Amino acid sequence: MKIPWLCSRKLLLCSIVSAVLLLRGPAAHAQGQDRAPEYFQSDIQYGAQIFATQCTACHGTSGDQVPGVNFRAGQFKRVVSDNDLRATITNGVPGTAMQPFAFGASELTGIVSYLRNMNSFDARGSIVGNAGRGQALFTGAGNCASCHAINGKGPRVAPDLGDVGTLRTAELLHRTLLDPAGSMLPVNRSVHAVTKDGKVINGRRLNEDTYTVQLIDEQEHLVSLTKADLREFTVLKTTPMPSYKDKFSAQELADLEAYLLSLKGVK
Amino acid sequence: MNHSRRTSFLLLFALLIPFALRAQVTPERLLHASDEPQNWLTYSGSYASQRYSLLKQVDPSNVKNLELKWVFQAQSLQKFETTPLVVDGIMYITQSPNDVVAIDPKTGRAFWVYHYATSPASRPCCGIVNRGLAILGNSLFMATVDAHLVAIDAKDGHALWNVKVAEPGAGYAMTMAPLVVKDKVIVGVAGGEFGVRGFISAYEAGTGKQVWRADTVPDPDQPGHDSWRGNDWEHGGAAVWMTGSYDPDLNLTYWGTGNPGPDFNAVQRVGDNLYSDSVLALDADTGKMKWYFQFTPHDPYDYDSVQVPVLANADWNGSPRKLMLWGNRNGFFYVLDRATGKFLAGQPFVKVNWASGLDANGRPIATPQPPGVPTYPGIQGGTNWYSPSYSPHTGLFYLSIWEDYGTIFAGVNAEFKEGTRFTGGANTSPIPGADNPGGVRQGPINTYTEALGTGGVVALDPQTGQKKWKFAMHDVNTSGILTTATDLLFVGGREGYFQALDARTGALLWKQNLGGEIIAGPISFQVDGKQYITIASGNSLFAFALRE
Repeated sequence: MKIPWLCSRKLLLCSIVSAVLLLRGPAAHAQGQDRAPEYFQSDIQYGAQIFATQCTACHGTSGDQVPGVNFRAGQFKRVVSDNDLRATITNGVPGTAMQPFAFGASELTGIVSYLRNMNSFDARGSIVGNAGRGQALFTGAGNCASCHAINGKGPRVAPDLGDVGTLRTAELLHRTLLDPAGSMLPVNRSVHAVTKDGKVINGRRLNEDTYTVQLIDEQEHLVSLTKADLREFTVLKTTPMPSYKDKFSAQELADLEAYLLSLKGVK
Repeated sequence: MNHSRRTSFLLLFALLIPFALRAQVTPERLLHASDEPQNWLTYSGSYASQRYSLLKQVDPSNVKNLELKWVFQAQSLQKFETTPLVVDGIMYITQSPNDVVAIDPKTGRAFWVYHYATSPASRPCCGIVNRGLAILGNSLFMATVDAHLVAIDAKDGHALWNVKVAEPGAGYAMTMAPLVVKDKVIVGVAGGEFGVRGFISAYEAGTGKQVWRADTVPDPDQPGHDSWRGNDWEHGGAAVWMTGSYDPDLNLTYWGTGNPGPDFNAVQRVGDNLYSDSVLALDADTGKMKWYFQFTPHDPYDYDSVQVPVLANADWNGSPRKLMLWGNRNGFFYVLDRATGKFLAGQPFVKVNWASGLDANGRPIATPQPPGVPTYPGIQGGTNWYSPSYSPHTGLFYLSIWEDYGTIFAGVNAEFKEGTRFTGGANTSPIPGADNPGGVRQGPINTYTEALGTGGVVALDPQTGQKKWKFAMHDVNTSGILTTATDLLFVGGREGYFQALDARTGALLWKQNLGGEIIAGPISFQVDGKQYITIASGNSLFAFALRE
């Protein structure tokens, strides 16, 4: 099941329409590198959407309107590696119409993934995510807002997601919604501690060293503990976040992911 | 001059002679640097590079009473990797890029600062750093990031001479402290990430004139050239970026060499790629190689073998033997005979899967991992350049380690172009998808250790290769180590803690949070009857001594 991705930045500002591909497609290979990078369908799809709004004016929908450049054919003027591609997009090409683009890391991952797979990418059959509907799921049926804040509005039990659209790739967001524990990054681990006098402290780890740990507890207090004062200390690899694999339909997942990708932080 | 005046003059002269002589650091004093524990006369404390101090004022019973005496703040935000020299009551340090500062070791106040203007052509791979100085007579010697060797007057900080060792625009740099042997100043060149051809060279201390040069990658007329194919040797790396050691009885100086070039794409350089990842034993007068031992032939992992060679005299199988102890970046701990280079023993000290072991000659039994599978240890190694220590009192070798740290290596074709990076790698470290900065920590937050690995200090018994104890750290360990005659071990770490451990057991005896990453080695010295211990952390040098 593949679905077209139709998001535009202009639309994102009013009623946002985005799309996320929900099936894991085949990983494709880059040219010019001995080790093939992995590309994921969620990233490819996200990149297709950005390309459609940001790049087609010059490169055309088929990516072959600039002389000497044909994305579908893998033909570039000076790009060899994916890092070259990122640098060209970020810095532009002086003396040409290729201007610098201030894309975030997840957007660059999406664009590079799409350009490397433009030839085989089939937009038909993709599910179109709607960021507006995704926001409703975030605060409603998904119950996400009971733990996550957006730009300081909401609880701090789980990480603030106000800039998650710049920090996490489309693929990582997709995997996290399906398998939260398996996809959880070390930076987001919870801790469970019991002091020598029996006080139980649970919270989200903010920092740790050999002798101490800093966390925000369930009451949203910033707490610093000395490990020598603890009877029990565990860094948890589990998470209270539920999987949405069976809870949401493919359309709802696409909506939620589109909303998360739209969160770019406070400018 | 009448008799009484002459007598007074002679008496005054006799009184002054010791001070006048004391102001000169003679080759003889360097030979017996360990016997002057009040001083720290070479980068590693002595020619044996044991970083072992005979001072006994601070011991396990009173180490808890150490307190901060002073802080010197470097005028640089670059990494602060200096090991000070302390010479007859004056401390000399380097700060980035290539300043030398003379300091009162009792107060931390500066006497003078020598500024060296580095060439804009310099391009050190991994930070504009310097690790320290050497001294002979009244001259300090500094190797610079633009590959010059400079002599400086220790009294007033004026330059005495300045010679170009190599071309900085071609990627050559120097970050090490030089080694003085007899009347020569010996240095090596960095640049292994730029495809330089490494070498070690010696200079007259008085003039800067080059006396000898030992290439670490043999040309077609030199032995070992058949370990290369075609012209690969011309950019074969084997840089030398840490200070060597010296055995005066054998008149051999020992130097470790770095990775072959390109670092990771080994298919581009068929053969063992001598003398990369090796230790070289050179005649100190001529630079002629007496023997070599290669730790990692045909290395695709960047397992630089630049660690400081630690020399120890100990019984081996019941007979006294001149040993060399080596905790290598490739994860193995080696014991060599330093007279002959013969391999005596070797065992892993961290998780290793790139080799299943070492054969009878010490050659690794390679077990390359399939594409996409992590190799242990990873790029930064099971240890790196951080100075280890050997205590003749405990008979143990102490090493800072990175534990459970892996990298998915992937070679990519690299085209050599002079002065540009020549590494040939698209590596992932430590694991795909992990939210971490890829092995280089930035700032004070650490929530990624589970993905990166941990660290610590291990005490290894050279006789068995076994761990006597391990002091575990949450973060990886980037610090050098100092041991003392009272069985104390001082070590920092990337977290910024400076710790004193019991060298016999590894028990924590004292710690102080200095707040900045420690990527230097501690030293000890004594002035006016007080023993000090110093360590660089963050951008400052901290001095500790017992509470009054």
